[in-house]
Amino acid sequence: MSGILAQGALTAPHGFLSPTGVEIAFVLVGIATLAAAVMTVTTQQLVHAALWLVVALGGLAVEYLLLTAEFIAWVQVLIYVGSIVVLLLFGLMLTKAPIGRSPDADSGNRWAALTVAVAAAGTLVWVVVDAFRTSWIDLDGPAQGSTKVSGEILFRHWVLPFEALSVLLLAALVGAIVLSRKSAPDDAPADAAAPRETESR
Amino acid sequence: MNDALDVAIRLVVVFAVFMVLPLVIGQTEHKVMAHMQGRLGPMYAGGFHGWAQLVADGVKFAQKEDVVPAAADRRIFQLAPAVALLPYLLVLVAVPIGPSEGAVGQVVDAGIFFVLAVMGVGVLGSLMAGWASANKFSLLGGLRTAAQLLAYELPMLLAAASVAMAAGTVSLPGILNAFHWWWLPWQIVGALVFFIAGLAELQRPPFDMPVADSEIIFGAYTEYTGLRFALFLLAEYAGIVVLCGLTTVLFLGGWHGPFGADGLGWVWTLLKTAVLAFVVIWLRVSYPRLREDQLQKLAWTTLIPLALAQIALTGIVKVAIS
Repeated sequence: MSGILAQGALTAPHGFLSPTGVEIAFVLVGIATLAAAVMTVTTQQLVHAALWLVVALGGLAVEYLLLTAEFIAWVQVLIYVGSIVVLLLFGLMLTKAPIGRSPDADSGNRWAALTVAVAAAGTLVWVVVDAFRTSWIDLDGPAQGSTKVSGEILFRHWVLPFEALSVLLLAALVGAIVLSRKSAPDDAPADAAAPRETESR
Repeated sequence: MNDALDVAIRLVVVFAVFMVLPLVIGQTEHKVMAHMQGRLGPMYAGGFHGWAQLVADGVKFAQKEDVVPAAADRRIFQLAPAVALLPYLLVLVAVPIGPSEGAVGQVVDAGIFFVLAVMGVGVLGSLMAGWASANKFSLLGGLRTAAQLLAYELPMLLAAASVAMAAGTVSLPGILNAFHWWWLPWQIVGALVFFIAGLAELQRPPFDMPVADSEIIFGAYTEYTGLRFALFLLAEYAGIVVLCGLTTVLFLGGWHGPFGADGLGWVWTLLKTAVLAFVVIWLRVSYPRLREDQLQKLAWTTLIPLALAQIALTGIVKVAIS
């Protein structure tokens, strides 16, 4: 699928003044993703926020596709859109999320949140710009983000961080189970359902 | 032939398949269910054994008024059927039916991930419908849908991962190219887990707790009428096509058959898909609905351990033969 998209890219002159089709598409999708993300945090309707999050995460997947990282794109859809958002919606349905606006959806510390968000975004953008300042992805050549390439890089050069991350996730999983058990030690039957929900994360 | 025309023709063919096969399965369900229950099923529409019954149903649905409840969240309510249906159309693009270049809509490098990811998105449609209807039955249906998806997505992924390990690739045509007949007994447990989990993801009986019509009046679809309801039904049958096609491609060897491999591969794919679709209908007629806790228990205590065991077996055999 990215093959079709990549065909739009001519031999890139590596300049900002003569953008190729893929670069224009990348910027446009990026703007749409950003807009969806802003809608996610500003909308007053809780379930709409979750659905805008779907749009934002899907837009991110399209960006990965445009950068020829097909594997990452589908994993993004599988994990985030398919599982995390479903979990979010499941949680929202358990609450009394109303149809229409929730008047108490606004938090008092929104300015602090905005400051933290801008600082985090600034740091990330700075890191990415500083790290990849002069490197360009050749969109016409063999896909550099294909499953084979990603797998080889991940399991040859980045095995240790990969394993460390999996141990971290395992610790989080075990921690979640422990926390959900601790709340009611004397109430075994009501407790039996709790770890099952935690595992599904 | 230039590229644009080629792409257009492929999309038209996939769309035609998408419109025809679900109807064929729907009609088969009418007739098979009827005969298993000792009756005839539709006999009048179209003349010959009621072949046009679903066309007539479609015309009926199109004529009905499209009602949106006053308390509903209008836009999400109206958008939900499209979100439920379109992912299956996208998945169909990537399913290969024959060995040649022209027998797949579009070769996707990470095919397994693509089809599973996009199939998971379809469930969002049910969740949106369940919440936006502003109806307690719909909300219950949505909740059950979400719980079911969370439980059954994992075994499905693990079973698919086992095949990907065996083939050494995640591309669907690649898996079929690597297929040998002895994969069938080797991956049989994974195949069963995949098929059962897929049935649960489609909310087909015996896993139709989220739409249980006798308890929660069709769950998330309670408030839907006319064409939008028909779209949800179409999504269910398109889901059957996609699930049976994927099981065929991943576990049953797709276009490989005992004979006639050259040129007739697509017949094998369609034949295997049809047999699986028959099994889906058969299960609907023969099994009672599972209770919600039985559903969850089956997924977490049976299917996931089985899928993990299959992955271990695949790994051992793979190392042993290489």
